[in-house]
Amino acid sequence: MSEAVLEIHQLGFQYGNKPVLSDVSVSLQPGKYYALLGPNGAGKSTLFSLICQLLRPVSGSLHLMGKDTQQHTRYALKQLGIVFQQPTLDLDLTVEQNLRYHASLQGMPGKLTRQRIQEELTRFDLANRQKDKVRALNGGHRRRVEIARALLHKPRLLLLDEATVGLDQNTRDAMNAHLRELCSHEGITILSSTHLIDEVKPNDELIVLLNGQVKLQQRCQEAMASLGVDSVQQLYRQMHIGGEQ
Amino acid sequence: MVYFTCFLGILTRELLRFWQQRSRLLSALVRPLLWLVVFAAGFRAALGVAIIPPYETYITYEVYIMPGLAGVIMLFNGMQSSLSMVYDREMGSMKVLLTSPMPRSYLLVCKLMAGALISTLQVYAFFVIAWLLDVQAEPAGYVLVLPALLLTALMLGALGLLLSSFIKQLENFAGVMNFVVFPMFFLSSALYPLWKMQESSEWLYQLCLFNPFTHAVELIRFAMYSQFNVQALAVTLGCTLAFTGLAIWGYDPKRGMVRRKAGG
Repeated sequence: MSEAVLEIHQLGFQYGNKPVLSDVSVSLQPGKYYALLGPNGAGKSTLFSLICQLLRPVSGSLHLMGKDTQQHTRYALKQLGIVFQQPTLDLDLTVEQNLRYHASLQGMPGKLTRQRIQEELTRFDLANRQKDKVRALNGGHRRRVEIARALLHKPRLLLLDEATVGLDQNTRDAMNAHLRELCSHEGITILSSTHLIDEVKPNDELIVLLNGQVKLQQRCQEAMASLGVDSVQQLYRQMHIGGEQ
Repeated sequence: MVYFTCFLGILTRELLRFWQQRSRLLSALVRPLLWLVVFAAGFRAALGVAIIPPYETYITYEVYIMPGLAGVIMLFNGMQSSLSMVYDREMGSMKVLLTSPMPRSYLLVCKLMAGALISTLQVYAFFVIAWLLDVQAEPAGYVLVLPALLLTALMLGALGLLLSSFIKQLENFAGVMNFVVFPMFFLSSALYPLWKMQESSEWLYQLCLFNPFTHAVELIRFAMYSQFNVQALAVTLGCTLAFTGLAIWGYDPKRGMVRRKAGG
């Protein structure tokens, strides 16, 4: 097995006295798509905030590409591309201006920035919208811009926090197919939190988070076989019920 | 080079946003111009100004309040940027800034500097209009005042940043206007010299001396007349460093700057 992109070891976090995550251990391998499933309040967004260092863990450790994120903060953040649950594009700026802003925050030089913007906008079929204000784009296009932005600096790990919420079925399907291509063709690891179970595919790696604890980390089809269920929906329901008990 | 690229990116974004919201410039100028044109006309006789440093002769009330009104533009701008930081945080776009691999303290200082430059541009726009209204300082003063304006804008921006790190909801922001902006403005030498305040009330006078905005206004006032007020500089610089340090501490992830949400 190759070196893990992200290694989380016995991670714990609490808001005040309220524990949110406890003893979370997860290992993400390169080029794989990980679906993080869990109900509202399971701790998915908190886990993401800990990975991208908006919060500090109370206990445990996170290693990105073998380096402790607490000790190598800049290195760790450079390896991450993040699409947050809430839209974070500046609506009054153009698509290109939004991407340029992100590139400057990554410290990317001008020539490389221009080149990467063209590559990513072409990849996401947005080259003709480059000069449009984000406000003029529909929800699906805005999400694509956010993903293009997250990939601009060529991260090793892409974090998607409920990135497809609010999109219509066709847009979601297209985006999900595209994201899996990124894993297989570009070797990017994706950790995508969702509560839309139909988005999880049999070949995805599944991580189920319930009440702040990891209840399962396994390839989806293997997990279904071991639990004797036919669909991810059934698997999740079984896990969820088990987790509640 | 990487750091400079980052600063340029933040500055460009702030300038673009400012350009997109040109009404902000208009509203930033309306407030001091109302004071300069309307309030000063009404109170000119009632609030006669004696000869006090840095002035070497009698001056009109309009000339007296011009440095204070420059400070007011920056005071409201600092609070405006604080409001937009709270808004950005509520909307999530603040996370884009805070997940950059650049040191967080550097990112926050860049944001402060970009805001200070925009504030200073607005003050110069105000000076141009005041000049056209025949309210003028010494020509050299307009150049010499630049460092004082930048330092004041940084101090007030840092105060705004500090407040934004402690304000958890946009709704709480109205309190800032009542408890920070108006007291800072009225308990200062922006609208009246402090000896007038001392004549009325010793403890109000002491409060004015305690107010960093008083010293920022005096720094601007002296610089506009090619003079240097060491005490004003020391207080303004000290407060800038203190507010910036506290704001950086306020945005430390150990304190959980991101809103504590139950979701997910």
